[in-house]
Amino acid sequence: ASLRTGWDGGGGWCRAAANPRGVGYSTDFEVHRNWLAITHNLPLSQWYYEATSEWTLDYPPFFAWFEYALSHIAKYFDPQMLVVENLNYASHATILFQRLSVIFADTLFIYAVHECCRCVNGKRAAKDILEKPTFILAVLLLWNFGLLIVDHIHFQYNGFLFGLMLLSVARLCQKRYLEGALLFAVLLHFKHIYIYVAPAYGIYLLRSYCFTANNADGSLKWRSFSFLHVTLLGLIVCLVSALSLGPFLVLGQLPQVISRLFPFKRGLCHAYWAPNFWALYNALDKALTILGLKCNFLDGTKIPKASMTGGLVQEFQHTVLPSVTPLATLICTFIAILPSVFCLWFKPQGPRGFLQCLVLCALSSFVFGWHVHEKAILLAILPLSLLSIQRAKDAGIYLILATTGHFSLFPLLFTASELPIKILLMLLFTVYSFSSLKSLFRREKPLLNWLETIYLIQLVPLEIFCEIIFPLTPWKWHFPFVPLLLTSVYCALGITYAWLKLYLSVLTERISVRQKTKCPQFL
Amino acid sequence: MEKWSLMTITVLLALTVRWAVSLGSYSGAGKPPMYGDYEAQRHWQEITYNLPIRQWYFNTSDNNLLYWGLDYPPLTAYHSFVCAYIAKLINPDWVALHTSRGYESQPHKLFMRTTVFVADLLVYIPAVILYCFSLKETSAKKKVSSALCILLYPGLILIDHGHFQYPLSLGLALWAVLCLSHDWDLLGSMAFCLALNYKQMELYHSLPFFCYLLGKCFKKGLKGKGLVLLTKLAGTVLLSFAACWLPFGTDMEQIMQVLRRLFPIDRGLFEDKVANIWCSLSVLIKIKNVISPRTQLKLSFAVTFLSLLPACIKLTVQPSLRGFKFALVACALSFFLFSFQVHEKSILLVSVPVCLIINEIPFMATWFLLVSTFSLLPLLLKDGLLLAYTVTTPAFLAVCLASFSILEKTSAEDLQLKAFSLSLKGYVSWFKSFPKIVRNLFLLSLSLMGVLSVLSAAVPPPPGLPDFFPVAVSLVSCAHFLLFLLYFNLVILWDSKNRGQKKMS
Repeated sequence: ASLRTGWDGGGGWCRAAANPRGVGYSTDFEVHRNWLAITHNLPLSQWYYEATSEWTLDYPPFFAWFEYALSHIAKYFDPQMLVVENLNYASHATILFQRLSVIFADTLFIYAVHECCRCVNGKRAAKDILEKPTFILAVLLLWNFGLLIVDHIHFQYNGFLFGLMLLSVARLCQKRYLEGALLFAVLLHFKHIYIYVAPAYGIYLLRSYCFTANNADGSLKWRSFSFLHVTLLGLIVCLVSALSLGPFLVLGQLPQVISRLFPFKRGLCHAYWAPNFWALYNALDKALTILGLKCNFLDGTKIPKASMTGGLVQEFQHTVLPSVTPLATLICTFIAILPSVFCLWFKPQGPRGFLQCLVLCALSSFVFGWHVHEKAILLAILPLSLLSIQRAKDAGIYLILATTGHFSLFPLLFTASELPIKILLMLLFTVYSFSSLKSLFRREKPLLNWLETIYLIQLVPLEIFCEIIFPLTPWKWHFPFVPLLLTSVYCALGITYAWLKLYLSVLTERISVRQKTKCPQFL
Repeated sequence: MEKWSLMTITVLLALTVRWAVSLGSYSGAGKPPMYGDYEAQRHWQEITYNLPIRQWYFNTSDNNLLYWGLDYPPLTAYHSFVCAYIAKLINPDWVALHTSRGYESQPHKLFMRTTVFVADLLVYIPAVILYCFSLKETSAKKKVSSALCILLYPGLILIDHGHFQYPLSLGLALWAVLCLSHDWDLLGSMAFCLALNYKQMELYHSLPFFCYLLGKCFKKGLKGKGLVLLTKLAGTVLLSFAACWLPFGTDMEQIMQVLRRLFPIDRGLFEDKVANIWCSLSVLIKIKNVISPRTQLKLSFAVTFLSLLPACIKLTVQPSLRGFKFALVACALSFFLFSFQVHEKSILLVSVPVCLIINEIPFMATWFLLVSTFSLLPLLLKDGLLLAYTVTTPAFLAVCLASFSILEKTSAEDLQLKAFSLSLKGYVSWFKSFPKIVRNLFLLSLSLMGVLSVLSAAVPPPPGLPDFFPVAVSLVSCAHFLLFLLYFNLVILWDSKNRGQKKMS
C-alpha cells in the first residue's frame, strides 16, 4: 500500500511536471479566466447576463461559485486577470495560478481514486505490487491520458469533477446511498454534462435504495418500498437544487440560466467532429455527395458550400441524407439508453450492474448526442476503468475504447512542441494499460481478437500520416480538414464498436448470471 | 508485468520528463549581448557550417573567438556541423554567417531541443538500458528500478534539456564502461577516446580507465598476454585519436591552437560560484589575489594528484569492475573538488558514475545525486528553470524511496562499510546506532537543502551581499562533497581482497 501511495503521489507530481509548462494556452484557458473575472467583479444577478467576452458563463451555479472562491486566491497572484475587459490576458502569474488551481483541485480526484480502490476487493491479491488490481486501477485512473492532457495541458477542471463522480460511485458501492446521491446532485450543479449518466443513478437508487428487498429469484419485491428512503432522496436533490438555482429563481433569471446552459443553437457536431455516430453519418453524406457529383446524380450548383471540418461553420448542411434535428438526436439517445436502464432494473447485479449502466449511458449519449464534445468520451472511459480490472471481457472493451477515445483527443493539442509530449504520454498510458491488464488476465484468453488488434495498430500509420506526411503534401492547402476527418471517422468506428460490444455483453449476460446465480464478483 | 514492458514504460517516462523540461527556458534566453550556452551551440553550428575546417579554432574576421569561440574538441565541432546541415535544410537563417547571431525563435528552439532529445535517445538512454540489463546478481525488477532512477536523475535532465547541453560525451563514456564490463576492452577504450574527443572534461574519468586497463594487463602478466593487450589498447587509442584529429593533423600549428583553445590556463582557478574547495576557501581567503596564477595551477595540480593517488594505486594493483566504478566516482570527485578551472556543470561527471552504482549503494547514491542537483541550483535559477527543479527533484527522491526503500538501507553493511567498521570495532563503540545516525543526517541535510532552495528562490539576498545564497549553496554542497569523497575512498580502500577476486572470477 505504501508503494501505491507513492505512485499516487507520482501521478500528482507528473501532473505538476508535465503541465504548467505547456506552452499553448487553449481557449478554455481564457474561458476560465473570464469566469474568474465575472464572478469576482459582478453581482450574482449579472453572472448569467454578462457578455463582454464571447465565452459567457455556461456552467451551472456551483461551478460559478467555485470560480468565485478561486478568484479570491487569484487576486494575490495577479489582480489584472480579474478585470472583465482584459480579454486574452495571460501573464506568467496568471498561468501559474490557473495551472496550480487545477493541480490542487485534483487532490479530490486522488482521494476519490483511493476510495474506489478500497471498493475493489483484493481477491486476486498478488504478491507483486505491480500486479495488484488496486494498484493497476489507481494507475489507470491517475495517469489517464485523456484527463492529463485535457486538464493539465489543454486546461479544464475535469479531474476535480470526475473526482466527485468517482467518489459518489464509491459511496454507492459502499452502500452509503445518501452520500452518493448528495455527491452526484452536487456534481450535476457543477457541470450539467453529467446529466447523461443521471438515468443510471436514478434507477439504481430507486431499485436498491427505495426498494429494500428482492425476491429470491432476484426480481423486485414491490412491498419492500420504503417511503422514508424516497423522501430522503427527494429532499437531498431538492435541497441541492434549491441551493444552486434558488437565488436565480428568486431573481427571476431561471430561463436565462437555462438558455445559457443548454445552447441548442450550436450545430450537430463541433467544428472537429467528435468521433460518434454523427461523424460516420456526416462522412457517409459527404461520400455520397462526391459520388453523386461524379455520376451526375446531383446538381453541383445546388450544393451549399460548407467547408465541413474546416472550422467556423457551425451548421452543417447534409446534402444527400436527411438533416438531423436536436429532437432526433434526443430521441436516438433516449432509445439507446433505454435497454441499459431496463437491464439495471430487471436484473440487478449490485454496483457492477450500476457501473455498466453508467458507462452505457455515457457512451450512448456520446454516440448519439447533439453537439457532443470529443472530451466527453472521458465520461465513459473513467468509469469503465473500474470494470476493466474485474473481467477479461470488460478489459478488452476498455482497451479498445480507451485507445481510440484517447487518440481522438489528439487534435486538442496541435502545436509542434506539444506533439512529442502527447505521443509520449499516449504511448506511456497505452503500453501500461495493455501490459498490466494482460498480466492481470494472463490465465484467460487473449483480450483482443485479431481484427481488433489490427484496428488498433492501424492508429499508428494514421497518426504518422496525419501529423507528419500530410503537412508535407500539397493537399495541405486545399483540404486542410482531411486529417481531422480521418481521425474522427476512424475513431468513430472503434468507439461505436466498443459501445455495441459492451451493450451486447451486458444484454447477453442475463443467462450466464442466472446460471451462476449469486456470484457478484466484485465491488 | 513483463520486464520489457516495464522497461518501455521507464523509457517513455524518462522521455516525457525530458520533453516537458525542454519546453521551459534555456541558458541565456533573451539576454543579449552574450546570451548563453544555447547561443554558443548555435554559434558553433554557424561557424562550422560556413567556415573551412582550418579556420574553426582560429580568430579571423569571420570567427571572433571572444564571442563563444569553439573550445571543445573536434567531435563537438563535427556534431555541430551535422546539426547545422539539418538546420540549413529547415531554415537557412538559423546558421547564416554573422546575421544569425543571437537568433531566437520558437521554431528554432524546437529544433535545438529536438537535436538534444535525439542525441539523448540515441546515445545516452540505450547505454543506460543496456547497462542496467547487464547488471549481475540483481532481479529483473531491481534492474528496471535502477534504470528508472538513473534516467530520472534531475541534474542531467535539467542541464541537458533545460540549460542546454548535449549528453553525448557522458553517453559515450557510459558506452565505454558498458564495453569494459563485458570485457570488450578495445571497444571500450575506443568509446572512451570518442568521449574524450567530444569534451575534454572527460579527462576526469581518464585515470580510472587507464589504471583499470593497466592493472588488467599487469594481471595477465606483462611478458605474455598482458603485453599483447597493452599494445592493442595503445594502438586503439592512437588510432581513435588520429581519426578524430585527422583534419587538424596536417600541421603542428593547428594542433597547438586547438589545444590552447581546449585548455585555457589563463582563465583562473575557478569561475562563478562552484561547489569546489577553491571557491569555498575563497570565502575566507581570496586565493585568486594571494597566489600567482602559475602557483595556483601547480597547487591545484598537486592537491588533485595527491587525492587521486590512493584510489588509483588500489585499482592498478587490484583491478576489479566494482573497484573501477567506485574509482570513477572518487577520481571525478577529486577532480571536481581540487582541479583548475572547474565549472559547476562538471559535477555531472561525478553524478553519472554514481548512477552506475545506485543498485549497490542506493542510499548514498541517492543522497549524492540530490546534493549534486542542489549544487546546480544557482545556475538553474539564472536560467529560469526553478519550476522544473522543484518538480523533478522531489519526484526523483520519491522514485528512489519507492524503488529502493533507501531509508531502510543505512546500516554499515548496506553502505559497503562493513570491512571498515570491523577494523574500527575495537576503538569505537557508537557503531550500534550507526544506521539511525546516518538516517538522521540524511534527513537533516535534506531539510537544509530544501530550506536553502526555498530561500534562494523566494527571498531577496541581504543588502551588500548579492551572492549570499549562491555562496551558501556552494558551501553546503562542497561540505557534502568532501564527506562523500572521504566515504568513497574508504569504500575503495577497504574493499576486501577476496571480494574483489570473487567478482573477477
